Amino acid sequence: MSDAQAFIDNLVKTNDVVLFMKGTARMPMCGFSGTVVKILDHVGVDFQDVNVLADDAIRQGIKDYSNWPTIPQLYVKGEFIGGCDIVREMFETGELKQVLSDAGVALDA
Amino acid sequence: MGPVQIQMREKLVAAFAPLSLDIQDDSARHAGHAGAAQHAAKQGGAATGVGETHFSITIISTAFAGLSRVARQRAVYEVLKDELAGPVHALALKADAPSSSGT
Repeated sequence: MSDAQAFIDNLVKTNDVVLFMKGTARMPMCGFSGTVVKILDHVGVDFQDVNVLADDAIRQGIKDYSNWPTIPQLYVKGEFIGGCDIVREMFETGELKQVLSDAGVALDA
Repeated sequence: MGPVQIQMREKLVAAFAPLSLDIQDDSARHAGHAGAAQHAAKQGGAATGVGETHFSITIISTAFAGLSRVARQRAVYEVLKDELAGPVHALALKADAPSSSGT
């Protein structure tokens, strides 16, 4: 496992909810990333944001790690959930909250 | 319809024989933002950032039956991997099997 892969692996396994995104939760640099931040805020879950624009090794590394070519990417308890389209669909159907609560993640909404 | 869109449509039809396939070119709405300009320049497009960079695809195919959302999208990404590695900067994607459509 390369350094980037080991770093990502550790990150998603030691944080309940991790969002790999362009920009930061405070200042998203892409509409798709911003949409997921808004959804997670709305659901009321604390998450670790990782700005892939700050590190090319992470930007490419997360695509390889997940076998998923686009950013953003959401992880819950080490499990890959999906990108913007999937997160939005799961939010609309209520599945996102279900997945989070099934995983034992606290929601303050 | 530009060459990238035509190529994606041909590949998706060949791979999934979709019951329904809608490809929207959203590039104009993103013209001028950094990613669009960078990718348009790569395609030899205008410096104003208008190129074939941003797409929304809705595809319905029986090939997706029984697959998770992640697996459905991975299947589409695999077919379009050259476009995603090249000209296409952003792709909003909805891939469904007929029975799960609208749920």
